[in-house]
Amino acid sequence: MAEDSIPRRSFLKGAGAAGAAAATVLGGHSEPAQAQVPTQAPAPAAVPSAAGEALLTLTATEAAFLSAAYDTFIPADTMSPCGTDCGLVTYIDRQLAGAWGNGARFYRNGPFLQGKPEHGYQLPLTPHEFFAAGIKAANAWTRKAYGKDFDRLAPAERDAALKAMEAGKAEFPDFNSKPFFEALYRSAMEGFFADPIYGGNRNKVSWRMVGYPGLPASYGAKAEAYRGKKLNIEPQSIADFS
Amino acid sequence: MAKTMKAVDAVLVGVGWSGSIMARELTKAGLSVVALERGAHRTPGEDFTIPSVRDELKYRVRLELMLDTATETLTMRHQPSETALPMRRWGAFPLGDGLGGAGTHWNGVTWRFTPSEFVLRSHLTGRYGRNVIPDDMTIQDWGVTYDDLEPHYDRFEKLCGTSGRAGNLRGTRIEGGNVWEGRRADEYPNKPLIMSQAGLIFTKATKELGYHPFPTPASNSSAPYVNPEGLTIGQCEYCGHCELFGCEANAKASPNVCVLPVLMADPKFELRTHAYVSRLIYDKAAKKVRGVVYIDRNTGEEIEQPADMVVLCAYPFNNVGLMLGAGIGEPYDPATGTGVVGKNYCFQVNSNLPIFVEDEINPFIGTGATPAAIDDFQGDNFDHSGLGFFGGGFLAPTVSGGRPIQVRAVPPGTPRWGSAWKEATAQWYNHTFPLYFHGSNYAHRTNYLDLDPNYKDAIGRPLVRMTYNFKPNDHKMAQYVMGKTLEIARAANAKVIGNPQLRNNFDATVGGSSHHTGGAIMGTDPKTSVLNRYLQSWDVSNLFVMGGAAFPQNAGHNPTATIGALTYWSAKAITEQYLKAPGPLVHA
Repeated sequence: MAEDSIPRRSFLKGAGAAGAAAATVLGGHSEPAQAQVPTQAPAPAAVPSAAGEALLTLTATEAAFLSAAYDTFIPADTMSPCGTDCGLVTYIDRQLAGAWGNGARFYRNGPFLQGKPEHGYQLPLTPHEFFAAGIKAANAWTRKAYGKDFDRLAPAERDAALKAMEAGKAEFPDFNSKPFFEALYRSAMEGFFADPIYGGNRNKVSWRMVGYPGLPASYGAKAEAYRGKKLNIEPQSIADFS
Repeated sequence: MAKTMKAVDAVLVGVGWSGSIMARELTKAGLSVVALERGAHRTPGEDFTIPSVRDELKYRVRLELMLDTATETLTMRHQPSETALPMRRWGAFPLGDGLGGAGTHWNGVTWRFTPSEFVLRSHLTGRYGRNVIPDDMTIQDWGVTYDDLEPHYDRFEKLCGTSGRAGNLRGTRIEGGNVWEGRRADEYPNKPLIMSQAGLIFTKATKELGYHPFPTPASNSSAPYVNPEGLTIGQCEYCGHCELFGCEANAKASPNVCVLPVLMADPKFELRTHAYVSRLIYDKAAKKVRGVVYIDRNTGEEIEQPADMVVLCAYPFNNVGLMLGAGIGEPYDPATGTGVVGKNYCFQVNSNLPIFVEDEINPFIGTGATPAAIDDFQGDNFDHSGLGFFGGGFLAPTVSGGRPIQVRAVPPGTPRWGSAWKEATAQWYNHTFPLYFHGSNYAHRTNYLDLDPNYKDAIGRPLVRMTYNFKPNDHKMAQYVMGKTLEIARAANAKVIGNPQLRNNFDATVGGSSHHTGGAIMGTDPKTSVLNRYLQSWDVSNLFVMGGAAFPQNAGHNPTATIGALTYWSAKAITEQYLKAPGPLVHA
């Protein structure tokens, strides 16, 4: 088995430009909510910021793949640390380990027939199984196309590989690459923009990036006072009220 | 053998708006009422509280308040010749679940339908000629008119504390209100909500173009309010978390806030939650329903609830499914056009045009209802001569919450990821909103509901199958209105105009509205409708069916107020006429 010959490794090696600057901001859950806004461009460095993070269900190969994909979607720059440092691998690990990942709220009766694209997802796989199968297929395909697992590709190659998956042009054995790409992309957006309680969006970094104030969102008189005016307030999340 | 409960005067299936209003009216008339709700009990102060109520992932993405598709879903196909496949997860729309039904998680938009919608076929043939309606457009008159319903719309608005501004008060047109609306006997119970920046931009642009903008009628109360039931509704906080969320401020009208507290104190009323109605008990020889059978979801036990009268108050798909399952009424056959149950299922035709503007929009400050709207392209408010389609809808800027997982448009040409995407997202998040068209959906011969032959729900019943697609009438209507929408975008001085988002085929993965109508339609003739004008089954006189299922076709306005008004209208007929002499209220 080709996969088994690839040494398992920590996804942290795959985490692209995990910056030291970002690491100080996002160093862990003990950071106070009022931590400084990470607006400084992090210098590329090999130091993994999220070291020692335990995973519930992802394998090292899966974590490496996801980390590389999320860092391509959300690279470290002046606006935020990379996806991995924003907690996206933690986010998807928890989601896949939990009820949603294991098929809660998912109609799983047969027959399983291939439909039109308008029918939406028709595979019997739970999200957990679908991510596992998709990652395996994606790595097998990049090995064929580029000679390496996805997380070992150069940034430009990762980008091209994701575009091929998005276009449904990456050859996967059991299903089209596009739905897998879309599930992967959606998970990145969820992890990046959801409340930090789910493990991503650390330090409310995406909320700061766009100017979303979060909670409690009880605006009352502000609805008129701030009409047409920017509302510059420190975003607050569920944990800030708990 | 099922356990049998003590017989009651009336059993209600489903406790949303129509279930709670019907229960209230029947208990007031002295009837003993049992109401069965398949979902959980929900109490606003307990289940909807800060901070957890503001969780976009939980409520908007994972759909916490909505029906679990593992329990029950729908199958979908575009044409009768195809095999339908199940919606394994909600994508196009989610269906609700739990006490309060869609009335808990709605946006609060509270329209009255335009008078001509209730007499649609007569109106269009009268205005445009006898033969103008295509054969496969199976639109019908409702059997009830706007004037019949006006007092009941008024009751529903007062129940909800609806905020708005009248545009037609006792026949006098009032600029600044909806001048296209039918004659109102009274003003809205609350003044309009605070207009957002997007609402101001839209109002200015549409006025310049000669249209008639007004604040969207909304049951998100602009001020604290005590409704005629003596219940207090709170003041809207503009939190931007209405649709698919519960309201912690009790400002969004819901059955849980506006009706149920009174019912719960009434000894004539008994609510049973986790009571999943599996079938109707139908005495075919006598043409009467004897009650319902439900499963207690806490114990798994099957329980029979006998009653003199059954009122179906569930969602259209469930109301139709229960009738088809019991063999009440002739199922609709699209090949011959005969039969009625399942006929004229309609959805909604929506389109969007994202625009990008200079102004700070603060999309996170808002209410579920759109801040402003125009009805100039609604229904038959504009001349359809030579257009090749009928119908229309309202146009509005949609700013109902800047929840960032789902609400962060970027200009066309922006990459989907990477630093350029991040930059554009950060740049435009506070400077964009969509111009939204909420269009009618006129019935078509091959759009209908029946029972799926292949897929079953968690208790072994066939899933309801929707055979549905958008038709040329829908596409032409949406294209036409998109042309007008682009003019509004330009008048609004948009810096960038996004790509028009129009529908192609109905797609179970693309979200739109969750307004479903038809399948158990009301009308004037038992050959072409399931219910008479009082929402009583033509075939089984002690069976009444509420909700969107009764609409012969769907108008370009949100349906909730019409559902509320129809329930009051039907309840009046039941309590004032039916109870005196139970039997058909209309003789065919």
